[in-house]
Amino acid sequence: MNPNNYLVLAAILFTIGAYGVLVRRNAIIVFLSVELMLNAANLAFVAAARNTGTLDGLVAAFFVMVVAAAEVVVGLAIIVTIFRTRRSASIDEASLMKY
Amino acid sequence: MIAALIGLPLFGAVVLLLGGRRTNAWGHLLAVAMSASSFFVAAILFVQMIGKPEEEREIGQHLFDWIAVGAFQIPFGFLLDQLSIVFVLLITGVGTLIHIYSIGYMEHEPNRRQFFGYLNLFIAAMLLLVLADNYFLLYLGWESVGLASYLLISFYQQKPSAAAAGKKAFIVNRVGDVGLALAILLMFVTFGTLSFEGVAAGAGIASPSTLTWIGLALLLAACGKSAQFPLQSWLLDAMEGPTPVSALIHAATMVTAGVYLIVRAHAIFDLSETARTAVVAVGAITLLLGAFIGTAKDDIKKGLAGSTMSQIGYMILAAGLGPVGYVFAIFHLLTHGMFKAGLFLGAGSVMHGMHDDVNMRHYGALRTMMKVTYATFGLGFLAIIGIPPFAGFWSKDEIIHAAFGQNMFIGLATLLGAGVTAFYMTRMMAMTFFGEARWEPDVKPHESSAVMTIPMIVLALGSAFGGMAMLFIGDIEHWLEPVTGFAYPQNSVSNAVLIPITLSVILVGAGYAWLRYGRRPIPVVAPANVSLLTRTARADAYGDAINESLFMRPGQYLTRSLTWFDTKAIDGFVGGIAAAIGGLSARSRRLQNGLVRSYALTMLGGAALIALVLLLVRL
Repeated sequence: MNPNNYLVLAAILFTIGAYGVLVRRNAIIVFLSVELMLNAANLAFVAAARNTGTLDGLVAAFFVMVVAAAEVVVGLAIIVTIFRTRRSASIDEASLMKY
Repeated sequence: MIAALIGLPLFGAVVLLLGGRRTNAWGHLLAVAMSASSFFVAAILFVQMIGKPEEEREIGQHLFDWIAVGAFQIPFGFLLDQLSIVFVLLITGVGTLIHIYSIGYMEHEPNRRQFFGYLNLFIAAMLLLVLADNYFLLYLGWESVGLASYLLISFYQQKPSAAAAGKKAFIVNRVGDVGLALAILLMFVTFGTLSFEGVAAGAGIASPSTLTWIGLALLLAACGKSAQFPLQSWLLDAMEGPTPVSALIHAATMVTAGVYLIVRAHAIFDLSETARTAVVAVGAITLLLGAFIGTAKDDIKKGLAGSTMSQIGYMILAAGLGPVGYVFAIFHLLTHGMFKAGLFLGAGSVMHGMHDDVNMRHYGALRTMMKVTYATFGLGFLAIIGIPPFAGFWSKDEIIHAAFGQNMFIGLATLLGAGVTAFYMTRMMAMTFFGEARWEPDVKPHESSAVMTIPMIVLALGSAFGGMAMLFIGDIEHWLEPVTGFAYPQNSVSNAVLIPITLSVILVGAGYAWLRYGRRPIPVVAPANVSLLTRTARADAYGDAINESLFMRPGQYLTRSLTWFDTKAIDGFVGGIAAAIGGLSARSRRLQNGLVRSYALTMLGGAALIALVLLLVRL
């Protein structure tokens, strides 16, 4: 199977994720989309590692997983807190920190 | 001893000015005592000096090293020689008389103590000026008398005109002081020392052009202090001060400091023909200009002020004639100090009896009401116009004689000046003491008290006999010769011919004035329809107008345009940058809109851009 297909799949997944981040208002969905983008990147790393036959991409993929896990913990906590105070998970409404 | 001369009046000034209201009751007495004891010390020193042989008469006193920086050594030291002592006697003698007179004249003045403090300060400053043994210390005295003059001219500070006159005197003097500062700098660069002795010794080997520049700078200084053309305009306004001040500072002593400076620096002028010529020219112009202004003034003090300018013009002219003239400049200065102080005190006495009215058109027929004032003023009048044997005759005649020895035109200028002097002084006499009474309705003229008339009598005696005494008993020519040098004028016109000519010129001037003002009634309001010459003289020969259009207006224009440039261009540039950055920040701040998704879009766009650039660069 052509290894480039993995990269194409990664690009498609990243685009879907970016689109989700930009157009969706629900914080949970945006969060999911961010995860999708991270995993698209992971897929690209792993595919590249396979192509080159080195371990560098695999190491990077592990790092991304650890960061994503930490990010999920912090991010979900923030989302839950915002939901408690505002009764809404819309990220457009949480726009008080501005000029 | 010498330090005591200055120390006593300085002590008086410090006590009176720092002591405040506590000293009100006895302040004037202390001031008189300080001035009188200074005169007493001067008299002792004078007697001691007479007792010594000629070559030992000069004494010095070194108090301490004032400034000592490398080669720049300025001692705080005094020099008392035959020239300084006559000044010291004039300053303390006339000064004491005027102190006494002021007790009566300023009796009703609430700030009398302050006035006496300033007078003592002036005496100390003036003594410092004439006793300094180097030009730098002289400069300190020079500036200090300027300060005292300023304080006393604006003494009636509630009057805007007096405040303005003080400022004007100060500013015009500043122009002259620049000349003195330049002269001192040039002297130090050229001779490496500022002591009178060192400068006189070094003058022989300095280049002629340097000496000329030093001489011209000194002349500028003398013009400022002595109200000589072109810096003459302040003296007429200085008459805003109390009359004793006009008598002491603006007639007898301070305004003659310029003559002292030139005579003191005679080593410079002896060697520079050009500088001497400039001095003579300034003197000749001023003596005619001052006399001309004096002819049209109705204000008695301003008339006398024009006369002072004119008489100092005589002295400056004499000082510019070189060794033939120095001693006569000083001689005329001394006689002038006596008769002009007497005339001013007389004017003050008249004003005192006339409710401080200075307009001579409101006087008339005062000779019966004020007998003492009339007699003393009359003696001063005879002395100033140069009738023998009164003081002014001896000194003025010698100057005219020496001037004819120099140049026919200079001689004629001094002769014409003598005639005009007789004219305006006779006019003043006629308008004040003769004719019919033109008094304001509520004025009752009366003679002043003895405390005022006694100083006037003493000065009148000086005006009558001072000239003869100095010439025949004091032998002033040979008294001053060791300091200033002396040469008999080499003349084609002898005194035997000149004296009758001078006297007839004087009599013509006096007679013409008598015909115009003594025989005819004088209008109470000055006639408006008068000749161009009279109008010019009334306007002080347009001295103020010239200064205003040449210096003041362009100066104001310059400051206004500089202010405009500063606010518009410099502040505009600096402020503009700040405003541009501020405005830009205010706009870019709008990007922080708080919407997470817009940040995400920005990030995505940025990342895409970087990726694009990387791809393009690699390709």
